[in-house]
Amino acid sequence: MLEARQLECTRGDRRLFSDLSFTLSRGQMLRVAGANGSGKTSLLRIMCGLIAPSVGELRWQGRPIRTEREEYSRNLVYVGHLNALKDDLTALENLQVAAALGGMPADSDRILTGLDRFGIAHCAELPAKVLSQGQRRRAALARLALSPTVPLWILDEPFSALDVRAVVELEGLIASHVASGGMVVLTTHQEVQVVAHAILRIDLDLYAAALLAA
Amino acid sequence: MIRALGWVLRRDLLLAFRRRGDVVNALVFFVIVVSLFPLGVGPEASQLRSMAPGVLWVAALLACMLSLARLFAPDHQDGTLEQMLLSGEPLVVLVLGKTIAHWLMSGLPLVLMAPLLGLQFDLPGDALAVLCISLLVGTPVLSLIGSVGAALTLGVRGSGVLVALLVLPLYVPVLIFGAGAVGATVTGTGPEAHLLLLGGFLALSLVLAPWASAAALRIAME
Repeated sequence: MLEARQLECTRGDRRLFSDLSFTLSRGQMLRVAGANGSGKTSLLRIMCGLIAPSVGELRWQGRPIRTEREEYSRNLVYVGHLNALKDDLTALENLQVAAALGGMPADSDRILTGLDRFGIAHCAELPAKVLSQGQRRRAALARLALSPTVPLWILDEPFSALDVRAVVELEGLIASHVASGGMVVLTTHQEVQVVAHAILRIDLDLYAAALLAA
Repeated sequence: MIRALGWVLRRDLLLAFRRRGDVVNALVFFVIVVSLFPLGVGPEASQLRSMAPGVLWVAALLACMLSLARLFAPDHQDGTLEQMLLSGEPLVVLVLGKTIAHWLMSGLPLVLMAPLLGLQFDLPGDALAVLCISLLVGTPVLSLIGSVGAALTLGVRGSGVLVALLVLPLYVPVLIFGAGAVGATVTGTGPEAHLLLLGGFLALSLVLAPWASAAALRIAME
């Protein structure tokens, strides 16, 4: 269970949001909406523990994530704006390193299956620099297919640069993760057709408006 | 933990192998800088012999510093660094792995090349051996201290110059005792004291530098 208490985020001199609280339980999906620059990525990075909120704290299973950093990191997969692929490594090698560092088995059969789910198994032996933008995104997202047992997925604009088939595949992956008791946090501009019994929403525009009004 | 260290090491060595040019550049830089001195100073053997330790060590220092820009910056740009921060493995271990890889790619080639260059300066055999040993013990310290500088200047504008300003003063003790060990062999006083102190620096930086780098990387990510 991920619990946020009165989070406030300040970037530079600008307060992006304040007094943001939520509780995300198993089998729930949280969709973060908001205009460009409203702090979606900052909120996600706060949830990962990459940046500290200026006020408030996040708790994972009741314990603050700042003090249990490594334990918390083992329970989360983050796919950010950047695809985290090394240009000079092949897609397979990239995912092997990612899997090994994430504490997952790094055998190539398993990774090829993951790449195949996103339809890029034939690119496994190609260096990442020759892949197209969409293929790179798919390779980054293939990490999700390798991590079904990791409870918390945090995805920043996961649908960007994907074609229709990959969008469907990713939606299926998210839906089955939520259905099997996982948690997903994502930002996206498009509506997601995920059948989850509990979809939470946070609209950062409302928080920005509240800050203006105050 | 050991497995993660192995994977980081393997990854960075593989990347260095795929971009061999970068490794070769630093080595060629070292060779050229060292070779310029006999050309500039002239072929007087006794003069060359007395300046050889300092020249070789300063060139090694600069060559090592050149490659610091590639230690964390590319990983920072493509997002793999933030994945390392979120990997669930202690960041210190991953930083140590990257630093070891950096030394294998930038320090070790210098150690192997140095005796050949020492011949240009008419260094005697025992001094060449001490030169190798002092570089073998000293260059890992350069990589370790350098990793702190590289982490601190990550994402800062003009980080190349800044890293030199930060790191070069910290390299001074290594330079003094590294070059001192070779100099002491040439003059016949024996290099043991200098080498032991270098070993002490290595032990100290091995314990402290990865922690400092890891902390600096977390700050740089904010």
